[in-house]
Amino acid sequence: MNEFYPLVYTFHFYLFGLVALAAAIVFVTRKSPVAAALWLVVVMTSLAALYVMLDAEFVAVIQVLVYAGAIMVVFLFIVMLLNLGTLSELGEIRGKWGRIAAALVGLALVAELAALSRAAYSLRVTVPARSGPEAIAETGGVIGSIAAPMFRDYLLAFELTSVLLLVAIIGSVVLARKRSEHDAG
Amino acid sequence: MLAESLALSAALFTIGVVGVLVRRNAIIVFMCVELMLNAVNLSFVALARAHGTAGQVFAIFVMTVAAAEAAVGLAIIIAIFRHVRTVNLKNINLLRG
Amino acid sequence: MQEAHPLAETAARFIWWLPTLPLIGFLINGALALAATAKPGPADPSADHGHDQSTGPSHAASDSHAHGDDAHPPRHRFARAVSVVGPGVMVLAFGLALAIFAVMRGAEMHAPYINTLFSWMPVGDLQLDAALQLDQLSMVMVLVITGIGMLIHLFSIGYMQDDPGYARFFAYLNLFVFSMLLLVLGANMVVTFVGWEGVGLCSYLLIGFWFTEKANADAGKKAFVVNRIGDFGFMVAMFMLFANLGTLNYVDIAARAGQFAPGGALVTTICLFMLLGCFGKSAQIPLYTWLPDAMAGPTPVSALIHAATMVTAGVYLVARTSMLFSIAPVASLTVALVGAVTALFAATIGLKQWDIKKVLAYSTVSQLGYMFVGVGVGAYTAGVFHLVTHAFFKALLFLGSGSVIFAMHRAYHAIHNHSDDAQDMRNMGGMKRYMPVTWVVMWVATLAIAGIPPFAGFFSKDEILGQVFARAHGSTLASATYLGVSGATVLYAIWILALAAALLTAIYMTRMMLYTFHGPNRTGDGAQSHLAEAPWIMTGPLVVLAILSAFGGWLNLPETVTEMIPLGPTAVLEHWLEPVVGGATERIAAGSAHTAASTEQVLLGVAIAIAVAGIALAWTRLRPSSLVPKPLAEPSTGFQKVLENKWYVDEIYDVSVVKPVYATSRGVLWKFFDVGVIDTLFANGSAALARFLGWVGSQVQSGQLGTYAWLLVIGAVLVIRAFAQAGG
Repeated sequence: MNEFYPLVYTFHFYLFGLVALAAAIVFVTRKSPVAAALWLVVVMTSLAALYVMLDAEFVAVIQVLVYAGAIMVVFLFIVMLLNLGTLSELGEIRGKWGRIAAALVGLALVAELAALSRAAYSLRVTVPARSGPEAIAETGGVIGSIAAPMFRDYLLAFELTSVLLLVAIIGSVVLARKRSEHDAG
Repeated sequence: MLAESLALSAALFTIGVVGVLVRRNAIIVFMCVELMLNAVNLSFVALARAHGTAGQVFAIFVMTVAAAEAAVGLAIIIAIFRHVRTVNLKNINLLRG
Repeated sequence: MQEAHPLAETAARFIWWLPTLPLIGFLINGALALAATAKPGPADPSADHGHDQSTGPSHAASDSHAHGDDAHPPRHRFARAVSVVGPGVMVLAFGLALAIFAVMRGAEMHAPYINTLFSWMPVGDLQLDAALQLDQLSMVMVLVITGIGMLIHLFSIGYMQDDPGYARFFAYLNLFVFSMLLLVLGANMVVTFVGWEGVGLCSYLLIGFWFTEKANADAGKKAFVVNRIGDFGFMVAMFMLFANLGTLNYVDIAARAGQFAPGGALVTTICLFMLLGCFGKSAQIPLYTWLPDAMAGPTPVSALIHAATMVTAGVYLVARTSMLFSIAPVASLTVALVGAVTALFAATIGLKQWDIKKVLAYSTVSQLGYMFVGVGVGAYTAGVFHLVTHAFFKALLFLGSGSVIFAMHRAYHAIHNHSDDAQDMRNMGGMKRYMPVTWVVMWVATLAIAGIPPFAGFFSKDEILGQVFARAHGSTLASATYLGVSGATVLYAIWILALAAALLTAIYMTRMMLYTFHGPNRTGDGAQSHLAEAPWIMTGPLVVLAILSAFGGWLNLPETVTEMIPLGPTAVLEHWLEPVVGGATERIAAGSAHTAASTEQVLLGVAIAIAVAGIALAWTRLRPSSLVPKPLAEPSTGFQKVLENKWYVDEIYDVSVVKPVYATSRGVLWKFFDVGVIDTLFANGSAALARFLGWVGSQVQSGQLGTYAWLLVIGAVLVIRAFAQAGG
């Protein structure tokens, strides 16, 4: 590990952080669902880059594959399936008072989250021995360091997640199925 | 980089919240929710760097749940769209008793 | 429990059987009463049949018509079992009491025998046991209660034989005896209080025994409510005692009574509150009005509860807590003064009553006043002595009057006369020809209560009068100041009041005897031929009580008498009670010069002279032959009318207490507080508030997803804010 290595990381961290922030703002202001979805893909890809800077290479890969890839493709697929891209009223945003109120709530939320991260938790942050690239290497590489806790400490949660996915598959099939015989719903 | 990560996470989360509050297109509201989940993931990963890899495990769990949620949520949107021919939340009040 | 107590391994350890026996009787009889009500047999009187007469023994008139058998109206289904169980438990209890008494006589006991059954209320400093206390005082009371109670139970077999509530009556009577034994045997004030309330309950139940008649039910309620006033005082006294001494056990109170400053305000206040309870239970001014009304109950009840035992509970309590009263001269003088005033006041009312039981009721109030004079002046032995003799002769008087009423009722019943009052003396007269046994025993009781030697009342009454006189000549009472008047003056006034009451007692008792048993008969031609003596089950107890009334004085013969005539041992009861009340008596009598023998003889002479004068006065001045039945009588005028209307005390209470309470209840508590505050503000107000909140909530439930999102986010903002503040 060279001297400038952390500097490169820091530079890229800020770069992709700013990209993610800007893309998020652009995403939320787009009227067209297709444009919004594509801007959200930008946010997610930037976050994947941030994950690399944060020594979470496996999560970064999954982020690109699952989120930016699969989930957003499903979104675009639905938009096009329902032919929503051309409907004018669909981009509609709330009125002036709604926006002001939302801005106020957003400001309050940011202030609170800042206070929360500063006051409560940053004080208690201590870097444990098992952290950083060296620790990860010790515990069996990037994937092994995740696999060990996932299949030991969180095995039950993992199994439950698989059940959840099964339920989601069945549920979405049932919900989205075309009911031709008794369509009234 | 922890403080910056948490600050960015807070900012993205708030943008997602404001989007949920302001937008009326069900699909975009849904995407805003995904953005909020991503913001939370960022916090997990950043904190995992200081506290051990359990945070990354949770990030993966969140993604799994997000995938399931997207599948079910979009299926619901399809079903509603078939019923009322719109995805504008203003016109959807099926929850009214 | 003391290890080496002389009674520890004797019959006294079975003392808990004393209250348990009547309790068993109550349970059995109560079960039989319920069983009879639940499944009326073919010969059973219907439970809801109306009583044509307000009081009296026979209430089965309408039934006997239905069965066409006047002589033998149907009896209670379980009459035989009840007749065995009810009086049977009393016989057993009396036998046990006698056995324990025999053991006690042989034992040298200086401390009371405490029999702890179980720990009842161990709460912090308050350590209460369900414990019974056997000492000389409670032994005397137990003997009176079980002995007299047994006789009255036996009498009731005859008196109540035709009543449809036969089993219920004996159940209540057993329950009463249980409560009364608990009262006198309680080792702490709380056990006593349980008994105290228990006898109050039984009194209420038995006064209103014939509850289908509204007047009887009202009389029961009156007794209950008036007694509540007194019980309030009793409870306050208990609370204050516990707050100041930290105990409610009589033994410990006696040991710690020295903590009070003698004559201090605290102990005086405690005693005065306790007195309020005693005055309520023992029917003294100002709480006496319930007792005459209590005569609505069956006559054996009047004899047992409202003459012999329950109403003496107040006297008993003063004697039991003599360690407190003896260091509170003001409270003691209050006891004596109220007792004396009540004695005279009730006696004046007794002069003009026509109902035979009302005469005896006011006589009871008056005699209870005497007892309070006794315990008030520190002559605890004399007070208890009069309590015992009064139990003998007043029980006899009531049972005798019950016998007369029984005969009158049967006679009226035989000729189907349901309009005339079987208890009005104007309808009697000349009964001695028809009821010779009753006549003789009633005269014995009358001479006893009037104070003619050698009958029981003479000795006990003279003892009280003599003690009052002796206390006035130097004692802690005489040297105390009472409302600015010297104690000696108050004591002389009490003595004169008591003497006057003695004169009136002789007069009204002779009047009652004259009008009831002498002169021509006024019952009516048809009924006259049906008058007859009561059966032996009723006259038997009368004869026993007559013997007791005649010779009860031997319990405590005064020295003055035994010096002149050697009748027997002197002051037996005084020596017997010495360990319990001796200390308190000495404390009060401190500094009292011994009354000269000649003075005592003069006092005796005065007492006899007054009694004889009263009887002679009544005998010569009253003309039974000139009496006419009530409808024909001219209304009395002037002072006589005032007396006949009992000094209008009930009316005064009605205007000054009952009406304002009613008005307050209606105007403030009901119309304003109940309807206004509770109903409108609280009940309907809270409903309106709930409806309003529900309306607000329903506005939120619009079905708009956006609104829900807003609410969710606002909630999340608030929660995170709380987290941030907690973390910061």
